[in-house]
Amino acid sequence: MADAPNIHDEAEVRARWGAFAWTDDNQRKANEVIGRYPAGRQQSASIPLLDLAQRQVGAETSTQGWLPVPVIEFVARQIGVPYIRVYEVATFYTMFNLAPVGRYHVQVCGTTPCVLGGSDDVFAACKNHGLVKGRTTPDGLFTLTEVECMGNCSNAPMMQINDDNFEDLDYDSTTRILEALARGDTPTPGSQTGRRSSEPAGGPTTLTAMVQDNHDYRGEWNTAHAG
Amino acid sequence: MLADKDRIFTNLYGFQPWNLDAARARGDWDNTKALLELGQDKIIDVVKASGLRGRGGAGFPTGTKWSFMPKEPKPDRPNFLVINADESEPGSCKDREIIRHDPHKLIEGALVAGFAMRARAAYIYIRGEYIREAETLFAAVAEAYQAGLIGKNACGSGYDFDVFVHRGAGAYICGEETAMLESLEGKKGQPRLKPPFPAGAGLYGCPTTVNNVESIAVAPTILRRGAEWFSSFGAENNKGTKLFQISGHVNKPCVVEEAMSISFRELIETHCGGIRGGWDNLLAVIPGGSSVPLVPAAQIIDCAMDFDGLKAVGSGLGTAAIIVMDKSTDVVRAISRISYFYKHESCGQCTPCREGTGWMWRVMERLRTGEADIGEIDMLQQVTKQVEGHSICALGDAAAWPIQGLIRHFRPELERRITERGNGLGGGMAPMQEAAE
Amino acid sequence: MPKLKVDGIEVEVPQGATVLQACEAAGKEIPRFCYHERLSIAGNCRMCLVEVKPGPPKPQASCALPAADNQEVFTTTPMVKNAREGIMEFLLINHPLDCPICDQGGECDLQDQSVAYGRGHSRYAENKRAVTEKYMGPIVKTIMTRCIQCTRCVRFAEEVAGVEEIGAIYRGENMQITSYLEEAVTSELSGNVVDLCPVGALTSKPYAYEARPWELKKTLTIDVMDAVGTNIRLDSRGRQVLRCVPRINEDVNEEWAHDKTRHAVDGLVRRRLDRPYVRQGGKLVPVSWDEAFRAIAAVDHGCSVAAVAGDLVDCETMYAAKALVRALGGDRFEGRQTGMDYDTSSLAAVNFNTTIAGTERADAILLVGTNLRWEAPLVNTRVRKAIKKGAKVFAIGPETELTYKAEWLGDDLSLLNDLPQAVRDAFGGAERPMVIVGGAALKGGHGAALGLVAALGLIKDGWNGFNVVHMAAARMGGLMLGYAAKGGIADLHDAKLTFFLGADEVDYTRFTGFKVYVGHHGDAGAHHADVVLPGVSYAEKSGTYVNLEGRVQRGERAVFAPGDAREDWSIFRAMSDVLGCTLPFDSLAGLREEMFAAVPALRHQGLAQYDWTMPAVGGSASGTIAGYPIKDFYLTNAICRASPTMQRCSAELVHGQDFAEAAE
Repeated sequence: MADAPNIHDEAEVRARWGAFAWTDDNQRKANEVIGRYPAGRQQSASIPLLDLAQRQVGAETSTQGWLPVPVIEFVARQIGVPYIRVYEVATFYTMFNLAPVGRYHVQVCGTTPCVLGGSDDVFAACKNHGLVKGRTTPDGLFTLTEVECMGNCSNAPMMQINDDNFEDLDYDSTTRILEALARGDTPTPGSQTGRRSSEPAGGPTTLTAMVQDNHDYRGEWNTAHAG
Repeated sequence: MLADKDRIFTNLYGFQPWNLDAARARGDWDNTKALLELGQDKIIDVVKASGLRGRGGAGFPTGTKWSFMPKEPKPDRPNFLVINADESEPGSCKDREIIRHDPHKLIEGALVAGFAMRARAAYIYIRGEYIREAETLFAAVAEAYQAGLIGKNACGSGYDFDVFVHRGAGAYICGEETAMLESLEGKKGQPRLKPPFPAGAGLYGCPTTVNNVESIAVAPTILRRGAEWFSSFGAENNKGTKLFQISGHVNKPCVVEEAMSISFRELIETHCGGIRGGWDNLLAVIPGGSSVPLVPAAQIIDCAMDFDGLKAVGSGLGTAAIIVMDKSTDVVRAISRISYFYKHESCGQCTPCREGTGWMWRVMERLRTGEADIGEIDMLQQVTKQVEGHSICALGDAAAWPIQGLIRHFRPELERRITERGNGLGGGMAPMQEAAE
Repeated sequence: MPKLKVDGIEVEVPQGATVLQACEAAGKEIPRFCYHERLSIAGNCRMCLVEVKPGPPKPQASCALPAADNQEVFTTTPMVKNAREGIMEFLLINHPLDCPICDQGGECDLQDQSVAYGRGHSRYAENKRAVTEKYMGPIVKTIMTRCIQCTRCVRFAEEVAGVEEIGAIYRGENMQITSYLEEAVTSELSGNVVDLCPVGALTSKPYAYEARPWELKKTLTIDVMDAVGTNIRLDSRGRQVLRCVPRINEDVNEEWAHDKTRHAVDGLVRRRLDRPYVRQGGKLVPVSWDEAFRAIAAVDHGCSVAAVAGDLVDCETMYAAKALVRALGGDRFEGRQTGMDYDTSSLAAVNFNTTIAGTERADAILLVGTNLRWEAPLVNTRVRKAIKKGAKVFAIGPETELTYKAEWLGDDLSLLNDLPQAVRDAFGGAERPMVIVGGAALKGGHGAALGLVAALGLIKDGWNGFNVVHMAAARMGGLMLGYAAKGGIADLHDAKLTFFLGADEVDYTRFTGFKVYVGHHGDAGAHHADVVLPGVSYAEKSGTYVNLEGRVQRGERAVFAPGDAREDWSIFRAMSDVLGCTLPFDSLAGLREEMFAAVPALRHQGLAQYDWTMPAVGGSASGTIAGYPIKDFYLTNAICRASPTMQRCSAELVHGQDFAEAAE
């Protein structure tokens, strides 16, 4: 299939990941996750545990992480679910990487609101920085993926790199961020044009009292309101 | 313009901290026990009277939905509240702001709503990509537990109520309520057949109500200020305040809370600094997230932004995610990209959606470049009709409507591209499609 | 009992019925792909859409919609026609037009329904989807581009076979059905997905490109691979059986068959005995029928004559052999080839009394020394159904994977004397308790197991929960015909002349007399025999079989035997002339009349009545169950040992040999 990577259960993957087990810290997290669901409903933990496992693989490989088959099987055993059921889940959700990715997984939103906001420029900046969609750069630093709407539409265009969103991008700010990462710096996430969050550029048109103070509006509740 | 004192989400932009102390100082968790003491039926009555309709897109009356839950849940089949924070509809970005800047409104709402529907616990299903937002939410829930606001004897009310956060992992379809339940149960997010409806058999087979984040988060304020206050905003049948999310070709895209039924023009002028290049430069608007048909400029400008107003122009309020397109927009590409989105997000379970979304997108791509026959426009229209109303869930409809809107309003543009490509009279096979990368 | 109207026809359907079932009750055909009576409802193909009032203004999936009072259902309106045409078109846009080379051709739901409900032309100008093949094991061949994602195979594997190894991975138009990591599906029921698949995505690997359905002669008969008596249809062309498929019998096999039933048939044309042989100078030498008979006539048996029945033979063969042995003055008969000597004075005490279908209704089940999954796979599926309805299952014996969760109590037979409290509690509250005793426990445990009848209250009004599970198709018929010696087969060892009826599991070295083998395959029996007489297999004769629950069933002849082989009963009839004791029947019908006179219960098809009496056998049990009688599910008799498919299954699924092939 064009955009469905084949999963290989190769001997070397088994050899590398066959002994996967939680770190102490993640064991504690895994127990907490499983505890969120009623007894006998451990299957509910499949998605959070796959995420945790992917993060642990990421920590061990200095990448965003991925899910080798033995790790998927480890999670399935943890929750007592047949392998195929967890494998189905791992292939269904887009955030699970079925193949290794780079140190930084650059996920650029390509859905319409971001297209209108200028995501073509973001992709161009990525391309000119040597990133190719669906590939990892030879230095293992970046993997570029076009993703669907990430829910930052009023701050379009945007990209998510590992756990952080970079918003209000253009060609130059995208380039700056990639360069900073390549240098080993930590670029500041969020709006790249100085917005606090999703207020109108240049400052909010509403709730201006909140900018400086944690204003309590309750005192004004009983006065007549504009209807 | 809605007065600031009548805004529910006062920390919408996150200028102030989200934490419990700051939230309390803004009025959250203020004697919640008293709200619960109103009793289940009274809470539901107030929410009904407020006119609150679901903020997730379908607009079903929230209080009525709560009233469907069993009044005497059995010990082995408790009621559950599931809060839909899988905000994935292109254009929508409001729940994110609630979760990362005002999470205690959501958690307090979860308690109030969960109590009203006699739920044993709430699961907040947050989309996987909201990583930092989920971190905030987990921390806020932990604060609330620590302060005794939820958990055993929540707020000293004598009612035990748990709130759990569950992160998804990337699937738009999990915003469909039964797909969400499947996903919460640890399976692929494939919508269930209805009936049975979740209120009868939902999460783990137990009675369940699924509500949008915004619907739940506004509940405590409605209870505090009264149904009359909330229903004083908006036109009849379209009551209350609402978070609007404006993206695309306005001068200042933003998320803003406004009264329902505000006109498009006022909304854009007041908060977004107008249309980029002026009102004459407006081409069309997708007013409710990618699923609803677009509306051409002339029809939208003075339209009331509410359920009925947008229905009247052949579209819908949806999540009030307003995607604005000016005249520089390649409108066919804009819609084709939405078609790709639905192809990408189709769960693959049922035939019309699995097969139809791919077909529609491929034809859309050829219409974008003009490599098509004129007759294929009608064929595409028929294909959208073959998808619409035939799938298990509404994703099929959502994939069909944007294309129908495009054909309805921009047919000459589609024909122009075909003609200019010199293919219009010909026929012959369409050129090969390239697979999407 | 909702009453509703379908196209104006009023029908009343049972509570819980679906609109689809209501439509069928009204005589309206509703096309479908994903819906299957024996699987959970998926509602994903959308082919069964109908218009329903009251309801939303769009068509409804009739397979998933509960029928309700006062509904009006329409199956012929323009809305329904458009919906069906639309769904058909969607199913076909990515389906290859390779019907001419597709094994499903001629019996394909997609073909049939596209003729009936399709538009007749394609509007799809894009490239079609291609999906790589998935390895699923030695039985199932995949051509996944043809898959329409109905998920019947996924649901079968999970719900019926109990082997969660098939799933649908990825999503949207990329969704693909696959076995886990494209490995062989480790189910002895895997072949059923071939029947379930409504298109040519899953087809039979051994039968690939062998024949078209319309060139096959279809014969209805009974399977002999185990004692369940699966109702089958043998499809043959000329002299060869090309495939075996199950028939529907709700009381026996529902509509399933295991892979041995289906695919041992390629063993029918291999290693066949097609002429008589006589051992001369230690070697078997081909001879004429007459010479073979004369060699037997020359034996000085002194009335020490016996017959041993194999596992696959029909009642007619056993009756004819018995008649001859009796005519020669002999009186020793045995069918339990491997030395079992349980008491057979009460047939009910060695019968599967609950019945196969009744197993579903049990609410507490104790398995004693049985690997039910291999000994009677289609009884095992019924246990799974009982569990779904809430039954609790305990098991005594070495732990083995039964496809469901059983509470293993240990392998000590003495557990029967003093059952653990948990078992007593579960059975104490049970309304329909069931004990199933397997071959591994019959020796040494039969008496103690019978003691449970009283201890656990297994027999009550309309319910008999005591069961013995047999593995040989010939067993119950043989017991009814007296093929049981007090001391088991050991009582026969010193017979001067012994007839072996397709008996290939016997320890021949213990037999000191003259050995005549009457059978169809060159296996253990022929190897040790002094005279070999070529008989016929179950596919080549009409015969009566009694299954493990005492159900009398008759099968028909599908093909003729190879070479000089003759129907078994006629061999004994012909031999009797030469031996000077002519048997009194000249036809199969004549033989049957005599047999029915001798054992009236064999006359009528259906459950034979065995009155419950408690045999006088010892009450306490001791010893451990070291293992189960079947060591290799796929190689339990001479036919499957000759079958390349069964050998492959054994090598791959039992012995773990790697056959995974690169996708073609």
